[in-house]
Amino acid sequence: MGIRFTSKSQAWLWAVVLLAFPLVLQSFGNAWVRIADMSLLYVMLALGLNVVVGYAGLLDLGYVAFFALGAYLYGLLASPHLLETFPALMAWFPNGLHLSLWAVLPMAAVLAAFFGALLGAPTLKLRGDYLAIVTLGFGEIIRVFMNNLDQPINITNGPKGLGPIDAVSVLGHPLSKRLDLGFIELPSVTLYYYLFLALVLVSIFVCHRMERSRIGRAWMAIREDEVAARAMGIHTRDLKLLAFAMGASFGGVAGAMFAAFQGFISPESFSLMESVMIVAMVVLGGLGHLPGVILGAVLLAALPEVLRLVAAPLQQLTGGRFDPAILRQLLIALAMIGIMLWRPRGLWPSPEHGQSSPGQRAP
Amino acid sequence: MDIFLQQIINGLVIGSMYALVALGYTMVYGIINLINFAHGEVLMVGAITSWTAIGWMREASPDMPAPLVLLLAVVIACVVSAALNFAIEKIAYRPLRNAPKLAPLITAIGVSILLQTLAMIIWKPNYKPYPTLLPSEPMALAGAVITPTQVMILGVTAVSLAVLMWVVNATRLGRAMRATAENPRVAALMGVKPDTVISATFVMGAVLAAIAGVMWASNYGTVHHHMGFLPGLKAFTAAVFGGIGNLPGAVVGGLLLGLIESIGSGYIGALTGGLLGSQYTDIFAFLVLIAILTLRPSGLLGERVADRA
Amino acid sequence: MSEAVLNVRGVGKRFGGLQALSGVDLRIERGQVYGLIGPNGAGKTTFFNVITGLYTPDSGQFELGGQTYEPTAVHKVAQAGIARTFQNIRLFAEMTALENVMVARHCRTSAGVWGAIWRTARFRAEEADTAARAQALLEYVGIGTYAPYKARTLSYGDQRRLEIARALATDPLLIALDEPAAGMNATEKLELRALIDKIRNDQRTVLLIEHDVKLVMGLCDRVTVLDHGQRIAEGTPAQIQRDPLVIEAYLGTGAH
Repeated sequence: MGIRFTSKSQAWLWAVVLLAFPLVLQSFGNAWVRIADMSLLYVMLALGLNVVVGYAGLLDLGYVAFFALGAYLYGLLASPHLLETFPALMAWFPNGLHLSLWAVLPMAAVLAAFFGALLGAPTLKLRGDYLAIVTLGFGEIIRVFMNNLDQPINITNGPKGLGPIDAVSVLGHPLSKRLDLGFIELPSVTLYYYLFLALVLVSIFVCHRMERSRIGRAWMAIREDEVAARAMGIHTRDLKLLAFAMGASFGGVAGAMFAAFQGFISPESFSLMESVMIVAMVVLGGLGHLPGVILGAVLLAALPEVLRLVAAPLQQLTGGRFDPAILRQLLIALAMIGIMLWRPRGLWPSPEHGQSSPGQRAP
Repeated sequence: MDIFLQQIINGLVIGSMYALVALGYTMVYGIINLINFAHGEVLMVGAITSWTAIGWMREASPDMPAPLVLLLAVVIACVVSAALNFAIEKIAYRPLRNAPKLAPLITAIGVSILLQTLAMIIWKPNYKPYPTLLPSEPMALAGAVITPTQVMILGVTAVSLAVLMWVVNATRLGRAMRATAENPRVAALMGVKPDTVISATFVMGAVLAAIAGVMWASNYGTVHHHMGFLPGLKAFTAAVFGGIGNLPGAVVGGLLLGLIESIGSGYIGALTGGLLGSQYTDIFAFLVLIAILTLRPSGLLGERVADRA
Repeated sequence: MSEAVLNVRGVGKRFGGLQALSGVDLRIERGQVYGLIGPNGAGKTTFFNVITGLYTPDSGQFELGGQTYEPTAVHKVAQAGIARTFQNIRLFAEMTALENVMVARHCRTSAGVWGAIWRTARFRAEEADTAARAQALLEYVGIGTYAPYKARTLSYGDQRRLEIARALATDPLLIALDEPAAGMNATEKLELRALIDKIRNDQRTVLLIEHDVKLVMGLCDRVTVLDHGQRIAEGTPAQIQRDPLVIEAYLGTGAH
């Protein structure tokens, strides 16, 4: 089941809502638009992981590694750090490295895709649980490297992080500066909203097309029963690698955008908890079902942040034990347990088409 | 040579703790094919509960002899952990026994995070010092040193293993567990209640993990809510290393992993010409995991199982 | 002598201490329905698994359509032209009946990522063709109206038919059915028999494992009997019915 609009006017309605949304939010304060921006990035991450987990059935618990790779790639290419560490490069780039958006996006996608295939390769023969643990291991290995590659050569600057990172520019206008349109002023966060929205829409488009194609069907066959899929002539190894690579590329692009948006990155942002949260978004939303995945991402990304903004009193009450990060973790944990117990197929799973066929056997 | 022996001792000590936790993983997996992702947190709960217990006892009767305090703390930790694991199995895993394969794994991850978060809330996120109850002067041993705490760890592990072996091999419950692990349906037909056996498995695993938790805290001197995560993952690696579902394998895997970590972290600087240092120790476990799953997925002591169509 | 579709000689497979297959020969001519029978544990499904590449044989020579092949990669064997069903029905449960059959066209089609994303003309033509063939196959086996329903919602008998349709979609030289009649009642078995007859009449070659002796005898052109991993008899149904070794294998000695 894909995304379908019952009529053209419904599509227009969505377009208007999505475009006007940040303008409404910004009147309440930029913090709210920030939440929307981060939610969009998480939607992108969830869509990418959905290709791996939802379509191909490969439980990847180390997905944040690709987010990190994209972020660090952009961070290195768009901050003074690399040139400071390798003065020889200064000669080539005397004005510093300032890459355009159109260069960064494909680079991040390709780098992440490459690593996706690389990290996926050893897992091809593994079954569900083992696959999960090994991918988790990979995610941790990447994080440890990010944290420790400040010696002997300082590549990542370790726990101190990389910064300041350039903002991206669109049509010559750097998104870190507000845009004055005369009748309305668009702050930086709103500009980023539109960029991220565009990327998310492209992602949805790609996923939707892939889902309803020969390759999408082959992925789902692998998810359902890999042995039977092979028996039908499907080359599971190549298709799994493709799923890993394609899913990873979404993560890489999201990571690069994250680095540009924040202006600063450090290994802390790329922990196991992030991987778990993205998995939760996909599974709790509705595995393999695009609307469900988007819903899951928005809920898990936005809700804790919204709570953070309104939960300050709660924090006072409990003497600092309930800070927003804790609240978010609690929420995710309870959601994971609760939803698996009550709605194991997710909040918005793919519909059953005809509910029951004549002569249905008891489930 | 002295350094080498020292690292062997350290490796065996850490390896013993991995072995205790690995047994819990391997027993549960052998019976219900589930990686209990929250098992590392059971270690943490055991450790942190014992910390609280020791605090109470010290306050209530400061003259209690240290070994007694430690013993009582271990007992309390075991009871709490066992009850917790029993409850987790009953509430979160049992309803999902026939669910699609992804569901129990997600729930287990959720339980793991829940336990960590609750521990963070109840005990606050700071690192808490764990009291050293045993005398701390190291004793010389053939050129290396070993502390009484380390001796205790080795001893407690040996005793625990012996008791476990006795339970599994010589009691009715143990027979029931082995039967269920081999063939649950036939075992049920023979009158073994699967729920009872599974609960017992979780309880026993929890006891071992709690003991490991107290040992871990004694060895490293701190407790905090996140302390169970890495040991849990490494212990799982050890279980796979030795052959998942295989009890002696878990012990062998645990000890070997401890040795690999210890010796590896000692020599990694020399081996890589200074490029990598001991801060990379944690990834050894993952590298071992990847290697074993790629080269010999059934583990060192495991059997090869073909996938029947 | 028509060209053999499948010609295997000397197939051997061992599992630890158990010699599951030893020295099994089998030759199937084009357009035949060939039966493989034997008591439980005789090695029939193991044989299937070996010729389709699920298990690697210890010994044996394998020829499909006159060409030698190595049964090591399952998907390659399927591409070469052996399609199979499974004893325990292995459908793609969450996919619709139509999708189950469509996906089996994978190895006969070629659209990739580019075509999928941009919906090129070639892609769309291939999709339409795949869908049309799949629908036609569903109707061929008699479940055309269930196309949009998820495979797991179909009745047992319909699921078996779906598996057959799915196997046919790969355009195989040989279609291997592993106990297709298991769990069926008498009516369903008659329908199944008619379907297999239809498949044979359409110039396809069928290899069949079955326990229902009546079904096998009425349907098959030739039969091989396995017992304890060895071939103990081969011939027409009438011949093997009278073969004393076969009778002994099924009923034991002194059962007269």
